[in-house]
Amino acid sequence: MSLQYILDGLFPAGHDVSVHGQLVAGCAQTALGTVAVLGTTDAAAIGHDIALGLAGRVLDVVDQHPGRPIVFLVDTKGQALSRAEELLCLNGSLAHLARCVDLARRQGHTSLALVTGEAVSGGFLSFGLMADKTYALADAQVRVMDLKAMARVTKIPHERLVELAAESPTFAPGAENYLRMGAIEAIWDAPSAALLEAALAGQQAAGPAVDGRMVRGVERGGRHLAAATAAAVVSA
Amino acid sequence: MNAPVANKLVLRRSYFEASARARVAAVLDAGSFREFLPPEASEPSPHLAVLDIPGAFDDGVIVGSATLGGRPVLVIAQEGQFMGGAVGEIHGAKIVGLLRRAVQEKPAAVIFMADSGGVRLHEANAGLIAISEVMRAVLDTRAAGVPVIALVGGSCGAFGGMGIVSRLCSAIVMSEEGRLALSGPEVIETVAGVEEFDSKDRALVWRVTGGKHRYLTGDCAELVEDDAASFRDGAIALLAGWQEPVPASSTLRAEQTRLTERRQRFAGLRDGLEVWQALGVAEPRQIPLMDRDSLVALKKGLPA
Repeated sequence: MSLQYILDGLFPAGHDVSVHGQLVAGCAQTALGTVAVLGTTDAAAIGHDIALGLAGRVLDVVDQHPGRPIVFLVDTKGQALSRAEELLCLNGSLAHLARCVDLARRQGHTSLALVTGEAVSGGFLSFGLMADKTYALADAQVRVMDLKAMARVTKIPHERLVELAAESPTFAPGAENYLRMGAIEAIWDAPSAALLEAALAGQQAAGPAVDGRMVRGVERGGRHLAAATAAAVVSA
Repeated sequence: MNAPVANKLVLRRSYFEASARARVAAVLDAGSFREFLPPEASEPSPHLAVLDIPGAFDDGVIVGSATLGGRPVLVIAQEGQFMGGAVGEIHGAKIVGLLRRAVQEKPAAVIFMADSGGVRLHEANAGLIAISEVMRAVLDTRAAGVPVIALVGGSCGAFGGMGIVSRLCSAIVMSEEGRLALSGPEVIETVAGVEEFDSKDRALVWRVTGGKHRYLTGDCAELVEDDAASFRDGAIALLAGWQEPVPASSTLRAEQTRLTERRQRFAGLRDGLEVWQALGVAEPRQIPLMDRDSLVALKKGLPA
């Protein structure tokens, strides 16, 4: 699915979004007014440049357009894998990006992330999972590691992992698993302005976002222990 | 045997080699720790049980309250010796619960003894989501005015999502032996080849991810000896007069500028030696041999 097709589907009233390498940035028109559009495309590996590029643009929105909603488009195969990136503390740049998204929330910007392609590990953590709510397109691939690699690392037979994955959403790749566990709010069949605008309007009506993912994980039957464990620590 | 020497040997307790429980006992005020959900009140991870992997009743992390230098703190200590300190559903939820409690209780600080390779692959989705929840909870805690101080000096370092979490904390206290990064050297070697990163070259790994390097580049606030008492003193010193800043665009703009300039300044470098030279260190090859105090003094003398 091309970025153009996704943008046209989400923003039929018009968009002005450009691509810088694999970084996507611009703004678009919706029934709720202008929204900022930020993210990555073509399964970008997130290194310092993309992380800082996104972070700086989030700060621009906060400083120049108070209250403007932010739509993050997520397509990342994870963090960039190189010694030079690690030498300059790549985890620090990803943390900085996450702090900027968090700041936007605190300053009253509604945010929504849509996984359009891949969403993997560190790349997903740094902005997709930091938005108020995260959605995914039906053919999105959300994962930490595919089952074959996981079998190699954990030394658990691949067939056994496949078998268990049918029963439990806890470790196997798939947006559906993240939906059941409460981290993905909903899966959209196609990029749709109606769905996007309804989601943003719902979030704005609900007021400042709190992290309700554990609770939704219980409601949807995909993550039973987290909410009770956290609550037990709070009240111990 | 000469008594004073013997005492000195007894007093030095390697933080790197200690268990999480030993760190809690040695870093915080003696006898002050009260554990929340102690092993007898919790269950091991059922996600490990289904894979026939032995669990731990504390799921590899200890949370509780204590005092540090007489001030109330809440404490998180990951156990690197259980599954590499990796974050699964229960492990992560204990940390999130502790941080949410800090928002309510407003202790003087949260002390976060990180020792983790990141997501526990056996619970990959639950671990990734939990780390995301920990990230949000750390920032909520800080926004409530409670500093979160990360101590990084365990055998597993702070990698993956825990590397991100550590850099979201108010400050990091690190030992030379501590390692802080995103992808582990083994992962980079596996994917990109041994020429890119030789994970068996320990000296190189420390020059890229270790405490001295992170201290020289400003990614950790304090460098301490590999000794629980030194981590304790480092955390107390950091917290003295600490004022947790209100989240603001101006602070993050300043960090954006620092990170962007650094990225340009050190573009293309691949070894700590090159970075230290660029920072103005006259003899970068001496850095790995220097003791902690000399390195701190050297950093003070570097051009701004």
